Amino acid sequence: MVENSSLFPRELEDEAIYIFREVAAQFEKPVLLFSGGKDSITLVRLAIKAFYPAKIPFPLLHIDTGHNFDETIRFRDELVEKFDLELIVRYVQDSIDQKKAVEETGKYASRNVLQTVTLLDAIEEFKFDACIGGARRDEEKARAKERIFSVRNDFGQWDAKKQRPELFDMLNGRISLGENVRVFPISNWTELDVWNYIKEDELAIPSIYYAHERDTFVRDGQILPYSSFVNVTDNEVVEKRQVRFRTVGDMTCTAAVESSANQIDHIIQEILLATVSERGARIDDKRSEAAMEKRKQSGYF
Amino acid sequence: MEVLNIATAGSVDDGKSTLIGRLLFDTNSITDDKLEAIMAASKKKGLGYVDLSLLTDGLIAEREQGITIDVAHIYFSTPQRKFIIADTPGHFEYTRNMVTGASNANVSLILIDARKGVVEQTFRHFYISCLLRIPQVMICINKMDLVGYSQQHFEDIKSQFLAFAEKVKFEGQQIEFVPISSLLGENIVEKSSSMPWYKGSALLQMLEKITLHESLSEEVSRFPVQYVIRPKSEAFHDYRAYAGKVVSGVFRKGEKVVVLPGRQETTISKIEKFGREMEAAQASESVNIILEDDVDLSRGDMIVPVHQLPQQTRQMNATICWMSHEPMASGGIFLLQHGVNVSRARVTGIHNLIDVISLESEPVVNQLKLNEIADVTLKTAKEIFYDSYAENRANAAFILIDEHTNSTVAVGLLR
Repeated sequence: MVENSSLFPRELEDEAIYIFREVAAQFEKPVLLFSGGKDSITLVRLAIKAFYPAKIPFPLLHIDTGHNFDETIRFRDELVEKFDLELIVRYVQDSIDQKKAVEETGKYASRNVLQTVTLLDAIEEFKFDACIGGARRDEEKARAKERIFSVRNDFGQWDAKKQRPELFDMLNGRISLGENVRVFPISNWTELDVWNYIKEDELAIPSIYYAHERDTFVRDGQILPYSSFVNVTDNEVVEKRQVRFRTVGDMTCTAAVESSANQIDHIIQEILLATVSERGARIDDKRSEAAMEKRKQSGYF
Repeated sequence: MEVLNIATAGSVDDGKSTLIGRLLFDTNSITDDKLEAIMAASKKKGLGYVDLSLLTDGLIAEREQGITIDVAHIYFSTPQRKFIIADTPGHFEYTRNMVTGASNANVSLILIDARKGVVEQTFRHFYISCLLRIPQVMICINKMDLVGYSQQHFEDIKSQFLAFAEKVKFEGQQIEFVPISSLLGENIVEKSSSMPWYKGSALLQMLEKITLHESLSEEVSRFPVQYVIRPKSEAFHDYRAYAGKVVSGVFRKGEKVVVLPGRQETTISKIEKFGREMEAAQASESVNIILEDDVDLSRGDMIVPVHQLPQQTRQMNATICWMSHEPMASGGIFLLQHGVNVSRARVTGIHNLIDVISLESEPVVNQLKLNEIADVTLKTAKEIFYDSYAENRANAAFILIDEHTNSTVAVGLLR
């Protein structure tokens, strides 16, 4: 056993609550980007705490690729019901039908990149000026350099060289018409911090984070969930495996790990021992070393 | 568990990224897939070793030019602590990023290349560490392997540095020196056998032991109102709480307080966090404060203890660092953001432009250029409630925002 000494540092929660309150105070139309994954579930929890006993003063937005794990959607609807949240859903399928986005083809076809089109349309439709996301700086090198308030131009793009300096705890959310700010309240959390928080605050998470049996196949050394959305080639064999997911995204590009962890302490143990980083389970990042930075430049989360 | 914030700084090529890579590598904070990726990239560059600097040089432009150009945040932990490194570049034109990275630091870690000794950039980094009142400074003299692990070499650099530091350091600031080789991992996580003359600890052990003695809770108590919570629901019909973060000091239930700017006296009837009542709220905690009386209080106003009033004025002196490519002219009008309080402000004068290398200053200047540091006088439209930086750094910092571009153009510290 590896000792899990890193009990959750509470100052990270205080910081995130401070950031949520800054968003509510500085922006007209904020929105919380909700994917159904553990990071956005953590964000919802923090938002509830930040404004309690008042309601969260902004809606949730889910960009639905259509390639969902059923468990995630069920979980999302229960969460919205339980905490009386306002949920907006926009569909990648609609963007494809309106010819704004083109479905990828071939073995690696995924709708992950197409989400950007639907997101930017939703921002324009609702005139959102702040989009709160669950990105963490420990996930990836480009994210390590992003600010907590990250300004996007009127094309939704991120310019790494023109970032505003962020000093002490002062957040400058001033923008011109058409621009928006991506806000990352859990920037300074690591994957382990998120899990320790979920444990200590006893947060419910979708069942696919725990070990379960599922049809899977192996591609490029990674275990992928089998579904009607993926194109399995002739030499890829679909088999039942005992797996769990470390991240929850589009079904076509979220890899599983073999695991028997069926409770949170076991998951935390696995993470402490894990030798593959969390985003290593996201195939979209592997496309190239600079994949994330390029996607951010084009308006991705 | 405590969090230690470290700001790292160095010049180009002094091995800072390698040092950070080494800290991650030797604390098992690098996962296999990341290591594989940098091994492949090192091979592609034709290197005969694993280039640990590739772990942190994140942006495409950086990899092309082989330099670090922005503040990167890096995380690792040991059973003792969670560490957050704000890695800031060593280029002259990016000094503003260094100030950014250092603003939240408990420790400033400065690298010196043992072959080159103290360079201008070293002075600049130390000056900024002092300006921002970072209580602890670690000087890592790197590449000791390339100077034959010479103690004399180490001591020479140390005295050269101290001769400058004595003129700039503030009372109570701690400065430590460590001889290291980040490429070979010597005196970083474990003590090196190549330098038996060095009696101190390895760098990581020193970072684990640093006492976070700048205890914010011991300072004067300050609570700026960030947001007013009024649910207006049936269950909480008359509920009205002032949400915010305790900037410094401690607030207790039942404590007599004054609200600024109105100066009405009242009492804290409740302190809450997510519905849970608390006896006291410490510095850096985000809480809801409920007052006994109906007072007029909104965002940017401040709750303070009756006997600990801050400065409350519209005219002030400050030291600022200019961070925009467009120079600032005396008389310029900006938005001044002090914590969560925003006011329009005019820079009424610029004095004492400081040369951070020679420490000489120019008494009167008409404009301030990118990365320049000077004293200014300010006049604000609204009252600002602040403490002098030397007394309570948490309630003294502000930024200036250009109203036309919305950019953050300066950081300042009130005196």
